[in-house]
Amino acid sequence: MRNTLDLAWPREGLTRVPYPVYSRADVYDEERRRIFQGPVWSFLCLEAELPAPGDYRASFVGDVPVIVARDLDGSLAAFENRCAHRGALLCFKRAGHGREISCVYHNWTYDLRGNLTGVTFQRGINRKGGMPPEFNRADHALRRLRVESFAGIVFGTFSDAAPPLELYLGPEIARRIRRVLKKAVRVLGYNNQILPNNWKVYVENNKDSYHASLLHAFFTTFRVNRLSQEGGIIVDDSGGHHVSYSKRASDKPSAEYDAAHLRANREDYRLADPSILAGIDEFGDGISLQILTVFPAFVLQQIQNSLALRQIVPRGVGETELLWTYIGFEDDDEEMLMIRQKQSNLVGPGGYISMEDGAVGGFIQRALPGAEHDASIVQMGGDAVGSQDTRATETAVRGFWQVYRRHMGI
Amino acid sequence: MAADIATQLAVERLLARYVASIDEDRLEEWPDYFLEECRYQIISSENYAQGLPIGVFFANTRGMLRDRVSALRQANVYEAQRYRHLVSSTLILGERDGIVTAQSNYLVVRIMHDGATALFSTGRYLDRVRLKGPEPLFAEKLVVFDSRRIDTLLAIPL
Repeated sequence: MRNTLDLAWPREGLTRVPYPVYSRADVYDEERRRIFQGPVWSFLCLEAELPAPGDYRASFVGDVPVIVARDLDGSLAAFENRCAHRGALLCFKRAGHGREISCVYHNWTYDLRGNLTGVTFQRGINRKGGMPPEFNRADHALRRLRVESFAGIVFGTFSDAAPPLELYLGPEIARRIRRVLKKAVRVLGYNNQILPNNWKVYVENNKDSYHASLLHAFFTTFRVNRLSQEGGIIVDDSGGHHVSYSKRASDKPSAEYDAAHLRANREDYRLADPSILAGIDEFGDGISLQILTVFPAFVLQQIQNSLALRQIVPRGVGETELLWTYIGFEDDDEEMLMIRQKQSNLVGPGGYISMEDGAVGGFIQRALPGAEHDASIVQMGGDAVGSQDTRATETAVRGFWQVYRRHMGI
Repeated sequence: MAADIATQLAVERLLARYVASIDEDRLEEWPDYFLEECRYQIISSENYAQGLPIGVFFANTRGMLRDRVSALRQANVYEAQRYRHLVSSTLILGERDGIVTAQSNYLVVRIMHDGATALFSTGRYLDRVRLKGPEPLFAEKLVVFDSRRIDTLLAIPL
């Protein structure tokens, strides 16, 4: 693809990220075109959120508003959330239900596949006005997305060039999604968080296993996550998706940790009510933490028994909306629900081990002025992209930039 | 009537003391406004209306509230900030077995260390208050926020 952006990547390659990618409006516009409307799959919603024919929800692909619907025959469809007439949002609530969707502005109506089914007063009133006879509703369907569902998660793409979803995910990522979404899911809650930073800063944060035990002191103190725990990083063949995982109760003594005098390593801190950490090994493999990303902007999180989906929605070059969907399973009993409710305190906008991510992204964004000709360093674990059996690495961050640069042609 | 006024005043006074402890950064006092076995939750009005159980923070013991304070003091990283709570329109909804049910409107302005000031959260307190004893205490406090988009992070309790 021709490089239309005047942006030179540092000669060091993937171990450097030029700061203007976080601050330039032209980069942001190109991302909308080349990445979010390019050959990628984006998270739209859960199938569990569209249980009945006629259910629909507003979602986003990047910052492009879309509607995802379960059609009357039970199939899934998605299309742009923008009336073909004057461009108004069709669904401005989070969700709705009906046989058709109508625009409040002039009452144009669409079926649940985005076909224009009604133009109010198309023939005019008393033979006056109306649309000219050559106006054909079939020419004005809403722009459709390809939709596929995997393990109950609905993804969409604007691109004909995107490979089938399961091929896009690759076997290892697919297996790790299935590991968590192993049975019928139930939504337990939502949160919206506004992050004061470019969307890519938050994506990188999820792929950066290096920071987890350093920034998030709560995690470390209770040995929910230390880099000396058994675990690793899986990066898929493309580089764009990743899994970071660790096992609980596998912490080996680490001279590096003891020597580092980490702020995040307080011996004197004890919980008055440790029930928050009393989870169960519900997946039967001892893995207490699995953070999984799908390029470009989707995260599936398992932190003990706190399960959540995070949809990353760009809101301009310096702002990002993070949409949290907390889930459990249909067959959760009261006790399991209480565990998930308590452990939800770990994550979300006020979470013990996630609130810092909201703050640190802003620290990067606020320090950008003056860095126009500089680049950040992504060199932990070498300069390659690939799976590693340590989490003291930035391999998954490099993988993101590898795929990003390919899409962006920079 | 006199009893009604006494109840109203007792609940309003509890709310005033509660928000003063938070706004004046005496967070260590915050758990003491609750019974040992209690329920405190911060949850969006959307989740609350749909009966969804997960919000932003949940506690069902005073110990969990103490842990929130010690985490904020010792573990979590966030920029120095203060709140200013405005609580109004307290309605006493009922009383049974010594527990008063009340609702109030709240508005919280967040003041950052650099002086930046913004409306941070607004919503309702849905409270169950035990009046008997030396001081009224919350048996339950639901903070049901209308302002769904949370800016950056929610560290200090509402």
